[in-house]
Amino acid sequence: MAAEDLPSEFDVVILGTGLTESVVAAACSRVGQKVLHLDRRSYYAANWASFTFNALLTWIQEQQEGPQPEQVPDWSSLLEEGEELIHLSNPDLDSITNIQVFSYASEEEEEVPDTTKEEASAEGPLEAESADSREEESAEAEEESAEAEEGSAEAEEESAEAEEGSAEAEEGSAEAQEGSAEGQEKEQAINLKGEEPEEDQSHPVSTSGQSELTRKKISYAQLVKEGRRFNIDLVSKLLFSRGSLVDLLIRSNVSRYTEFKNVTRILTYRHGNLQQVPCSRADVFASRQLSVVEKRKLMRFLTSCVEETETDQAYSNHPYLKFLQDQQLGDNLQHFLLHSIAMVTEDTPTEAGLAATRHFLRSLGRYGNSPFLFPVYGLGEIPQCFCRMSAVFGGIYCLRHSVSCLILDKDANRCKAVIDSRGQRISCSHFVVEDGYLGSKRTVTTPTRLLSRAVLITDSSVLSSDSEQQVSMVTIPPGEACQSAVKMVELCSSTMTCMPGTYLVHLTCQSVSSAFHDLSGLVTRMFHTPESQEPGGRPAVLWSLYFNMVDGSVPRVEGQGLPSNVHVCSGPEGSLDHEHNIKQVRF
Amino acid sequence: MHGRVKVKTTAQQEEEKRKEREKKLKIYVAARDACFSKRKEGVFDDEALHLTQQLLSSNPDFATLWNYRREILMHLESIRDPDEMQKIYEAELSFLEACLKVNPKSYGSWHHRGWVSARLPRPNWTRELSLCDRCLSLDDRNFHCWDYRRMVVKVSGVPADQELEFTDRLIGSNFSNYSSWHYRSTLLPGLHPQAPEACQPPGASSPRGPQSHRVCEEQLLKEYELVQNAFFTDPNDQSAWFYYRWLLGRAEREEMISCVYVSREDERVAVAFSRPVNAKSVGLLLVLDGQPLRVDWTSVHPRFRHSPVWICDLPPGTINDVTNEHNLTVHWTGNHAHRDCALYTGRTESWCRDTATDQELFRSELSVEKTSVLQSELQSVKQLQELEPLNKWCLLTIILLMRALDPLGYEKETLTYFQTLKEVDSMRSEYYSDLCSKFMIENTILKMEYAEVRVFSICDRSLTSLCHLDQLLLVTHINLSSNQLQRLPPQFAMLQCLEVLEADNNFLENLEGVYHLPRLQEVSLKNNKISTLTDLQPLASCPQLKRLDLRGNPVTQAASVESGLAELLPSVTDLLL
Repeated sequence: MAAEDLPSEFDVVILGTGLTESVVAAACSRVGQKVLHLDRRSYYAANWASFTFNALLTWIQEQQEGPQPEQVPDWSSLLEEGEELIHLSNPDLDSITNIQVFSYASEEEEEVPDTTKEEASAEGPLEAESADSREEESAEAEEESAEAEEGSAEAEEESAEAEEGSAEAEEGSAEAQEGSAEGQEKEQAINLKGEEPEEDQSHPVSTSGQSELTRKKISYAQLVKEGRRFNIDLVSKLLFSRGSLVDLLIRSNVSRYTEFKNVTRILTYRHGNLQQVPCSRADVFASRQLSVVEKRKLMRFLTSCVEETETDQAYSNHPYLKFLQDQQLGDNLQHFLLHSIAMVTEDTPTEAGLAATRHFLRSLGRYGNSPFLFPVYGLGEIPQCFCRMSAVFGGIYCLRHSVSCLILDKDANRCKAVIDSRGQRISCSHFVVEDGYLGSKRTVTTPTRLLSRAVLITDSSVLSSDSEQQVSMVTIPPGEACQSAVKMVELCSSTMTCMPGTYLVHLTCQSVSSAFHDLSGLVTRMFHTPESQEPGGRPAVLWSLYFNMVDGSVPRVEGQGLPSNVHVCSGPEGSLDHEHNIKQVRF
Repeated sequence: MHGRVKVKTTAQQEEEKRKEREKKLKIYVAARDACFSKRKEGVFDDEALHLTQQLLSSNPDFATLWNYRREILMHLESIRDPDEMQKIYEAELSFLEACLKVNPKSYGSWHHRGWVSARLPRPNWTRELSLCDRCLSLDDRNFHCWDYRRMVVKVSGVPADQELEFTDRLIGSNFSNYSSWHYRSTLLPGLHPQAPEACQPPGASSPRGPQSHRVCEEQLLKEYELVQNAFFTDPNDQSAWFYYRWLLGRAEREEMISCVYVSREDERVAVAFSRPVNAKSVGLLLVLDGQPLRVDWTSVHPRFRHSPVWICDLPPGTINDVTNEHNLTVHWTGNHAHRDCALYTGRTESWCRDTATDQELFRSELSVEKTSVLQSELQSVKQLQELEPLNKWCLLTIILLMRALDPLGYEKETLTYFQTLKEVDSMRSEYYSDLCSKFMIENTILKMEYAEVRVFSICDRSLTSLCHLDQLLLVTHINLSSNQLQRLPPQFAMLQCLEVLEADNNFLENLEGVYHLPRLQEVSLKNNKISTLTDLQPLASCPQLKRLDLRGNPVTQAASVESGLAELLPSVTDLLL
């Protein structure tokens, strides 16, 4: 990369390309501020990113190796009078931990000395090494993935037209580039702007090829070979159709850069069985598990709770569960309402529970029969879309480029300028930063909460139905198989996040201990892994990844929110970084 | 949202818009006039096709232009070979698709599409079906599309079971859809017809036709379950309830002669049919003792051209000798039905008929299984009613179920449900009153039949209307006192044997139906609303009227009422005012 100097004056410098930062970038550029948006990483969207299978393997390796200790040069020569340096730390020191990878897919014949599989199946949890050793063995794949990684990074950079700060990137060309970069078909997605959900009957992927693949066992080499078909999110979230993010996407017109699919069904895990949660009128009508009386009660409850009544207020000091019980709703219905619709715990107060239920119901039916949307090509698309918007309106983008320290005006207690990783002084009136860059020194006040994540590639759906192309949201209440409530999202290949014939499963919960400890029990119960006792027709796990991620809902630094444990995407409000949240109001 | 460019709506822009519109209008009018003049001159060329296409794509509801287009296409058919026509028609279809995008509910476009599809040398019905499916997925209540789809299905011969699955799918995605439910009701009798022995009521004398339009019990149970899911999910959605009502309903009755009555004294024959017919247009033949007899059939009231009851006067002296025995046969050429009736020696009158119970007029004889199913249906709807005490559909359905099960046994309960229903849905209270009256009359007819009497008494039942009067052909005494009747409708003239009419304490002001009742002797109309002598005019046509009680009617206050009545009704000897 040519080390040309950047312009030395900006209105806003933003470090980190996560969702919050990207939204801020887009908003600032849109109102004519000069924006410099940097990220130390080689990819967009920080911990919100989506990776191809190969890129994910590289990412895993990077995470396990840890950051190279950087020597921080002394920049004090750039200081003027009355100024002070604040050093930023390297990000990602602790945001991702406890990575564990297991591959259960059969290796192909030529990739002989197959230790990985034996290790994984024989000794169970193996710290880190398992992944490493396997990666060494499949050097070929490794190479390929590195290539792909580079390629995609390039494409991204190009499309954002970051380098020279050329602001005139036309929307059309940006979009076209996106298309070519992804190089995959998109007809089937729901276009948010059109507000018209298309029917899901069409199968974009050739069904013949797909069924072939499902019949054959998918080997690890195939996963690597088809790795570009995957878009694996680090954060697993869905969008409420009437949530603030969807609202923002529409208002800002960023929605034109991406496409969405409706989640097709909502499932819940109860007494060891998966059940479909009837939440819309059509679902309730078609449900076979509810008696007609239950149907009536459920419908009545759902219609009545849209409006606030006096009875609601009478329960303001009681848990939602008590409220549900007193509504004479049966066990079944209480379970559905509490865990799958309101998605709260048993001791959540009634007010919060009702609010959550209302939020769910309001989103229902806007784009289809469920309240959730999922972006085609993965969640990592969304921050990128905002970045694209910012670039279109003149924002300058640099990846693999960071800020090493801030220059503080001691008297005004304001950040006057930053010094980038190449030692250039760039003045700015506002600085927005991802919390990871602030390092651990400012986080001592609050204990860090962690999320436990698991990513599985499986060969079939957890609940088979007429259509193979189902996007399922599964709620697993606490105590079923693990201590905290688990949200599971199963994506099919038409969401462009996994190769045909496979399903991508994301599990997320609040950490109790390591991700593997928290989630592997559930995985063994719901899926078929070598550890499972009896196969019993459950989907087989081909590959899995466990890791812990810092929960952004607890502010590590005041006033900031990052990936939170719920799939409600926080919009820009309340999720702006650092002290600059006040300034955002001014923008 | 910040930064969005504000659109100026200045007067200047308005002006520009207006001018643009004017320009457009000019072009449109010019093209239209060109089309009209071409049509007048009988020009059927490609240019005309092109012009109409332009006009129709901006306004697909221009029926004249569609007609012109059809004329052109028919002309082309006569000069081009089928392959060329296939191409032209296919272009026509894609043009129509564009028109439907402009207005998916355009009568003209859909009709033209039907016309083109029917004339296409090699039609592609699969494509048409998928077009319909696409339209219906955008708006599942587009009845134009439904119509067109029916045509496509009929012509292309889509099997009924596939179509039933289609309705399953539509109902599954949104069950408040009359079209889908209705479509089901047309498909089911063909797919799952009622077994022939089941539709033959025990003791029925005349065989029924092959199509009973009913559904076999097994399927019926599935349908009950389906529709129950719908109305439990949303009891305020009418479509499911209507379908349910259809399921509970009964086949339309076959046309047949239900009763032949002959009176020696009046030398008169009356024939009752199971439903209104016009005996003047289709032959009704009377054979007396083997000899066809030329008679003049009249309906009971001049207002009826169709009537369930027809009467004729026999030539004087044919049957008036009590010592003779006569055999009558009535032939109905409408469906080749006939019915015999013997008038034995010494009898003054005779009849031959199916009773209302024989005919299962008001309820079907239920099999044990069906009874238990309906019982459980009743239980679950009652359950729903407990959850939704004010749902009118639910209340009404309970009443209907009770009637299907045991109309007499549930009479009392039915009345209370009607009372609630009238309170809940006061806008339709009159409708419910009439419906309740109907049910009360049916019950009373059943009771009368069981008792084998010719007295029909229904007092103090809040009747608001009269119906099923054709069933009362043989009744000699009728008591309608203490109800809320306002009139005796023309149908009342079907009571050909009536001798005594009691209708005290009603709101009667119109006696139109008391018309040419040959046997009527006593009429009691105490405390009604008869206010003028003209209201009593119909009574003058009853030759035997002897006794008339008009006490408590406004008419009694009128001046010179007595003399007026004496003049109007000279036969009345016993007049109470």
